[in-house]
Amino acid sequence: MKIREDNTARWFRLIAYIVVITGSILCLLPFLLILSASLSSNESILTQGYSLIPKEFSLEGYKVIFQMPDEVLRAYGVTIFVTVAGTALGLLLITMAGYVLQRKDFKYRNYFSFFIYFTTLFGGGLVPYYMLITNYLKFTNTMSALIWPSLMTPFLIILMRSFISSAVPDEVIESSKIDGANDFVIYYRIVLPLAVPGLATIGLFLALHYWNDWFSSALFISDPTKYQLQFYLYNIINTSAFLTNIGAGAGVTLSEGVPTEAMKMSMAIVVTGPILLLYPFIQRYFVKGLTVGAVKG
Amino acid sequence: MLKKKGILHELNTHKVLYLMLLPTILYFLINNYLPMIGIYYAFVQFDFNTNLFDMKFVGLKNFEFLWKSGKLLELTFNTIGYNVVFIVLGNVLSITVAILLSELKGKWFKKITQSILFLPYFVSFVILSVIVFNLFNYEQGVLNTVLQQLGMEPVDVYSKPKLWIFFIIFFYLWKNFGYSMVIYLASITGISEEYYEAAKMDGANIFQRVWHITVPMLRNTFVILLLFALGSIMKGQFDLFYQMVGNNGILFSTTDILDTYVYRSLRVTFDMGMATSAGVYQSLFGFTLILVVNSIIRKINKDYALF
Repeated sequence: MKIREDNTARWFRLIAYIVVITGSILCLLPFLLILSASLSSNESILTQGYSLIPKEFSLEGYKVIFQMPDEVLRAYGVTIFVTVAGTALGLLLITMAGYVLQRKDFKYRNYFSFFIYFTTLFGGGLVPYYMLITNYLKFTNTMSALIWPSLMTPFLIILMRSFISSAVPDEVIESSKIDGANDFVIYYRIVLPLAVPGLATIGLFLALHYWNDWFSSALFISDPTKYQLQFYLYNIINTSAFLTNIGAGAGVTLSEGVPTEAMKMSMAIVVTGPILLLYPFIQRYFVKGLTVGAVKG
Repeated sequence: MLKKKGILHELNTHKVLYLMLLPTILYFLINNYLPMIGIYYAFVQFDFNTNLFDMKFVGLKNFEFLWKSGKLLELTFNTIGYNVVFIVLGNVLSITVAILLSELKGKWFKKITQSILFLPYFVSFVILSVIVFNLFNYEQGVLNTVLQQLGMEPVDVYSKPKLWIFFIIFFYLWKNFGYSMVIYLASITGISEEYYEAAKMDGANIFQRVWHITVPMLRNTFVILLLFALGSIMKGQFDLFYQMVGNNGILFSTTDILDTYVYRSLRVTFDMGMATSAGVYQSLFGFTLILVVNSIIRKINKDYALF
């Protein structure tokens, strides 16, 4: 028997549709703004301002970028390397830690969980951290400086721990132990295959973090050939704003040679594109992958 | 034979597990615990040429300078204020939208809107700064273009600190709420249908079902997200503030937080003493704050206590 929908439910749903649709529009608008600006001619931006639909369609922004692709490609290379290496290594460590910390027969699991969680409560601060990376680990101008700082976070470990404990029943682990499998074999053969949604979700967060990172470059990299993509973009934005300001002050339009505004926006699209393309493939795992259970254990 | 229950016995029976956990423990030891020793930097006169413990001990002098700069109260107020607003509004918004979304019909509609709401989380903070500049820049910004088309005077947003309170809160929510929304959505999907069926049979309407079933069931998720949010109440969101405001001093009265201040002291003004003492203040104050909050919660209801 189907229970009749009452009036309140209809109102509820109406409100829900309005809120969700309004929210979606607000989330999309800024993207359209950048996309539109990247497809506009620089002149129309300078004279008529940014708008949602290109006032004068033009691809000159993209052309400028691909006329001198060396630097962009190098920054791409650095970011892809850091993202792939960091995500792979991070996933390996996070899944191992998550697996161990959820094992009920692992006596000190709560102490170790707290040992990890405590680092979110208290820390040395930026200067001691900066000194650790530059003076003691000597990571300046190396890929390690880009990979090391974001390898693991307590939140991702707890997320993985909760996910494994809800996706892998204790009995499965128990019975394979009786069959004589050692703990690493259980992890590799049984836990990892069952944890795919969790792996996808946490892998995406790691990849996203590495892809979007600009701060590590800003702190630890002085060699421009090793800039991450985002920091490269950050520099372009600030330099071109700088150039435009100087030009305005001197009464000269510098933008004739370089379509600064349009180019900045095209660069923003080029930089964001790949990670957005990754999203639809992983999205279906999300709601399954994001199980959070207590830290307290 | 080893004695049962001893540490050695435990290590021996679970040696593989310990080995698997070892890299993580080492990572946190080096990456997070080791810098805690560096708090000592706050008590010495900084010198790039010598080791930490060879630097000249100056006691509380660095803190004295920090205090005399007169910015400490403002920075603390801004940092805590923004974070409290972020936590409260962020949770209210993401729980509300998660509930609304979970009650909607239509698989495709749900999927697509959910993806769109999560999309801003994928945008880097550098891109966010492009967006903000796009909207508010005096000459070509969308805001002023629209205002002029309506026949109004353009506004120089970059010289109005008060407006930025709203902008920062808005863009924080814009960028981050989708993330916690999906986490809440995940735990709503985990609630057994039987509860709702039973409530329907008892004649509960949709609001009653949401209020008496969904909301209480989200408590665990809420507590854990709160736990992590509280941990970073004195830091956090550096990227957001730095990329939105940058080094624009006109806006600092409402937009400067401890993190941005420390970063500028380290990278822009090279004032290591100020930077370390501010960092230490940030850590200690934050930690004390959490301990106090925790003990209050513990008094009210032990189950809700963080640790």
